[in-house]
Amino acid sequence: MTAYEKVMAARDSKKLTAVDYIAHMFGENFIELHGDRRFADDRAIVGGLGLLYEMPVTVIGIEKGRNTRERMDRNFGQAHPEGYRKALRLMKQAEKFHRPVLCLVDTSGAFPGIGAEERGQGQAIAENLMEMMTLKTPVLTILIGEGGSGGALALAVADEVWMLENAVYSVISPEGCASILWKDSSKAPDAAEALKMTAQDLFNFGVIERIIRQPKAEDSAMFESLKLLISRTFEKNMELPTDRLIENRYNRFRKIGTEHLMS
Amino acid sequence: MDFFSFVKPKNDLESTSDKQNNVPFVPDDLWTKCPKCGAMLLTTDLEENLHVCTGCSHHFRINAKQRLALLADSGSFREHDATLKGSNILDFPGYDKKLEKARQNGVESVICGECTIERIPTVLCVMNAEFMMGSMGTATGEKITRAFEFATENRLPIVVCTVSGGARMQEGILSLMQMAKTSGAVKRHSDAGLLYITVLTDPTTGGVTASFAMEGDIILAEPDCLVAFAGPRVIEQTMRQKLPKDFQTAGFVMQKGFIDAVVSRHVLKPTVAKLLRLHGCKPIEAKDAVTRS
Repeated sequence: MTAYEKVMAARDSKKLTAVDYIAHMFGENFIELHGDRRFADDRAIVGGLGLLYEMPVTVIGIEKGRNTRERMDRNFGQAHPEGYRKALRLMKQAEKFHRPVLCLVDTSGAFPGIGAEERGQGQAIAENLMEMMTLKTPVLTILIGEGGSGGALALAVADEVWMLENAVYSVISPEGCASILWKDSSKAPDAAEALKMTAQDLFNFGVIERIIRQPKAEDSAMFESLKLLISRTFEKNMELPTDRLIENRYNRFRKIGTEHLMS
Repeated sequence: MDFFSFVKPKNDLESTSDKQNNVPFVPDDLWTKCPKCGAMLLTTDLEENLHVCTGCSHHFRINAKQRLALLADSGSFREHDATLKGSNILDFPGYDKKLEKARQNGVESVICGECTIERIPTVLCVMNAEFMMGSMGTATGEKITRAFEFATENRLPIVVCTVSGGARMQEGILSLMQMAKTSGAVKRHSDAGLLYITVLTDPTTGGVTASFAMEGDIILAEPDCLVAFAGPRVIEQTMRQKLPKDFQTAGFVMQKGFIDAVVSRHVLKPTVAKLLRLHGCKPIEAKDAVTRS
């Protein structure tokens, strides 16, 4: 598969979305929690509580929707500031009750619109980055489709970041990159290649810890093993002293890319 | 030094151009037109007025060196990591050439160091719009992170002047990661109870807005500067929405609640100094101050 084919696969409207993962892994135990307590409830972000075997966890996902109606309702998985603030509220709640946070990311990016700008899209993302860095409870992020720039990173300051084998994660969409650099968005496949945005590329850069096989809806064994993997990671990180957990998270981001610097 | 001064003329005839000698000398930059009110300003007057239009108070963009001179006490700035630079990690087409060209205007898109502001010791970072529009690459993020770490270790306040087109796409995901890295360093500085003042200048956008630019304890902005996550063109193109008047200008963003104050360039330094003093930052004795000018 070429990089751009992976971009297409990550955007495929038939692939599983965040609510599918939540349903498969948490089933009826999932309780959705709404709203940022400040402005509104952003439907592009799904948040709530689930039970991972015996362990209560906070789950936050960016949801694109599975059909046209859902996609409209979910704003195509493009969150507004209130969505990121809802996510942060739920993370702070998780910190208070010392339960781990699982983030499922699938977005082309934060919503670029008038209301989003007026309500501080940049500030909302910035606050998440800052607060997640020292959240006193384990955080794990899995990219299950598109990881679009700051809108994805706002839920991906985690102890570990995993990616599905056909997920992508990038600072800009290949179309955006091609139209800015070459004034030609049809050169997106070249841009996708140049941006090094596939799971394998990111693993090589040390940006992600694990590549996950793509589960299918009917493949319950696959979900079971993913669940097991998640719960083992949480168990391991729950045992760490909190200072250590936060120190590790800081260092994880601190070292990325530094070996390529020259002075 | 100018690049062409290295190119030696082949012979005496080529060393002076007759054409040049016969034309009366009028420098191109004698006059500067204000893009806002259209007034023709004598460039020397404009420079004397800190690059603010004498007619309409439009704040012209200034470069990093001018910004440093505006804020730091004369001769007090000591640069950190002056030679630290990034490379073409992704082997991105055309990036080597772009870097080479940009490096005629500085080593990276930010200058960091320590200085005094009205004799108060502080860490100061100034982004450089002349270097790839202040875009944030790995080295940019590293320098800012180190500046915050230095400020935390030495219990110093920090002032960051932002100007940026956002994350640098030629460094792909690694430039995105700088947003998280710098935010982590800001958080540690903040948790240590230390003061961080942001000065937003034209334009501050994208990944810089969505990280350290919006994380200051106190956020100041220069009049009329653009402050955005998604810039106006992106919104117009993708959403086909007509934008409100003055959308994303400093005044607009302040009215929406995201900036503490819009501060004219003429009073920026005293304002920053006042804020530092109000946070208990003490000036050093005059005899200890570094004075080289």
